[in-house]
Amino acid sequence: MAEERKRFTQTLGESLRERGVSRRGFLKFCTATASMMALPPTMVPAVAAALEKAKRPSVIWLSFQECTGCTESLTRSHSPTVENLIFDHISLDYHHTLQAAAGEAAEAAREAAMHENEGNYLVVVDGSIPLANPGFSTIAGVSNLQMLEETAKGAAAIIAVGTCAAFGGLPNAKPNPTGAVSVSDIIKDKPVVNVSGCPPIPTVITGVLAHFLTFGALPELDALGRPMVFFGQSIHDRCYRRPFYDKGLFAETFDDEGARKGWCLYRLGCKGPMTYNACATTRWNQGTSWPVESGHGCLGCSEPDFWDGGGFYNALSIPDSDITRNLGAVAAAGVALGAAAGALGRSKRANAAAKHEKVTIDDLDKTS
Amino acid sequence: MQKLQDIAVRVEATDGLPLNHSNATPIMHEVLHALQRLARDNESTTIDLRAIPFGPGDEEQLLNQLGVGEIQIEMNSLGRSLISETAFSGVWLVDHRNADDQRIALQIEITPVPSILLAQQEDVLDAIDRLDDWLNPSITESAGQ
Amino acid sequence: MSTPTDFLLWVRGPGFDIALVIFVIGVIIRLLEVLVLGRKADLAEARGTEMGPGIRTLFTRTLPESGSMKRSPFTVAGGYIWHIGFLVCLFLFVPHIELFNSTIGIKWPGLPSNLIDAVSAVTLVTLLAMLFSRLNHPVKRFLSGPEDYLTWLVTFLPMLTGYLAFHRMINPYPLVLGLHILSVEVLLVVFPFTKLMHAFTFVFARWYNGAMAGRRGVQS
Repeated sequence: MAEERKRFTQTLGESLRERGVSRRGFLKFCTATASMMALPPTMVPAVAAALEKAKRPSVIWLSFQECTGCTESLTRSHSPTVENLIFDHISLDYHHTLQAAAGEAAEAAREAAMHENEGNYLVVVDGSIPLANPGFSTIAGVSNLQMLEETAKGAAAIIAVGTCAAFGGLPNAKPNPTGAVSVSDIIKDKPVVNVSGCPPIPTVITGVLAHFLTFGALPELDALGRPMVFFGQSIHDRCYRRPFYDKGLFAETFDDEGARKGWCLYRLGCKGPMTYNACATTRWNQGTSWPVESGHGCLGCSEPDFWDGGGFYNALSIPDSDITRNLGAVAAAGVALGAAAGALGRSKRANAAAKHEKVTIDDLDKTS
Repeated sequence: MQKLQDIAVRVEATDGLPLNHSNATPIMHEVLHALQRLARDNESTTIDLRAIPFGPGDEEQLLNQLGVGEIQIEMNSLGRSLISETAFSGVWLVDHRNADDQRIALQIEITPVPSILLAQQEDVLDAIDRLDDWLNPSITESAGQ
Repeated sequence: MSTPTDFLLWVRGPGFDIALVIFVIGVIIRLLEVLVLGRKADLAEARGTEMGPGIRTLFTRTLPESGSMKRSPFTVAGGYIWHIGFLVCLFLFVPHIELFNSTIGIKWPGLPSNLIDAVSAVTLVTLLAMLFSRLNHPVKRFLSGPEDYLTWLVTFLPMLTGYLAFHRMINPYPLVLGLHILSVEVLLVVFPFTKLMHAFTFVFARWYNGAMAGRRGVQS
């Protein structure tokens, strides 16, 4: 128990030193952390100073209507790395997929963490919350809505991980049978960070956690509540294939010459221009690649309503319309109407000509 | 049935040159300006290559263009780190790896000596303690009580 | 219509359909109305041909005329700049070509998008300058009616929203892209019923001028 207490009160600097990590090693860790948080290298000393004093925050992870892809994304990311070091320095007190405890013991752990760290703990949420009927999704007999409201009450901040928690995601797609909503639709009185993506990039999740751990505050957010450092620029603006777009060089199919030469995928439905995320620089699978690099357009998974966005393989500027296939019929209708209008004009003119009377000065005198 | 590895994936460069997306050259310009600042104002610069949207081949091209210089240093702390001077004096490549030898940071430092190489005050104090412990075991033991 | 994406889907779907139908039918009606009416047969003996001079005039009247260039260089040069800029942005921006390709099934090479960006900036500034001059020049202001300001507005808005969308100056992106498409749909709807029809009728008008002159054996 004393050991346990120490874990909570120890700062990150102390705990690393205790594990025999030198100051150099600590600075290396800070460099990697700053890089992960997408901070400029000049911030490393500030990160070091802050991390030195950082205390382990308690984290409660709630999973609602989700597919566990977000947790998979995180746990299948790098093996022991910076992310893990960060994870060693948060206290993940409740995560019903990962924790060993089950049933009442698990719920007790959540309540204990809430109680002990009142006002200071972080809540991470993945999955959307059904409002149509609270019974659609429950944990230990408690509805998602109730659990979220209850747990959020004493939280310092909430991190909505994945597009479901951030914007409703797949459960929210039309016709939204469960009445799924996002975390920020429910929680209005606490800071909510949206780390969207389907799944979200693991280093972005840990980057936000690291930011909270380092500076004790949340990073700057964009209009949709997403951290600016990761979501500040569109995929399109950071895409290495952008020069091809600007030159007008496009792949027309997935196996043509343009596709082989790595040209822009805009015409194949790439949603890069409307999507804000860090894929283009952070990449996936230990920095191996990312969707556009592997030859497939961006689906826009970190944007609201991306499931209902009108087709993954339709170029953004293309109308989603049946009329275009019937333009001939429309034109024919136009011709018919135009001919009728023309005929009407002709008959008017013929009428006018027929009614034409010769008028003399005398006639005019008579009428006036 | 065709297996995945039987499907040929050809990444072709146009005109027979090694494939890249010409993102290396702007970085080289940045390095030049940083070197000029170093010579003029003694100001160091760090470029985080993780923040650069490289396409396939770009990083290789950049590292080729930077070349290999006179100094290579291996540091072992929380995994390996390779610190090497490039063919351009004052331009260093700092490659931090984790315990599994996976890259966790890759930076170009334009500086006389990368700061990570300098001995740190905390580590020096720790070294004094340990050395002292070894040379004067009894004194420190009693002092520690 | 609750979210920006719903809005974008509406303007890309039903909104586009409505606008396109009104545009196509409207333009055809307006053209046929004029063409079916025809001209009274000219019984005088022709002193020259019609077709050659007609086609020649089609081009000569497209080029600036030195007299008016001298009298009001700003109006003439400004008119050329924004007309050309507008057409370049409309027909040579790759996403637009993609739209034409999906609508009428033909495509052509586009221009680099940064070039289009520069052209659109010039076009926007020119359009604003033209409006400013229209409002400040006593004769132009006297000659301008509500329709002139309406046609200026529906021409300006697609350029403006397009520029904003390209640079993502309004968030979220589906909203600004939707606004851009909507502004074009407004243009399409207004088009057949205003003097914007000149984009089609100028061909017949210029040809007719040249053809009449040619028939009479005079230079047009």
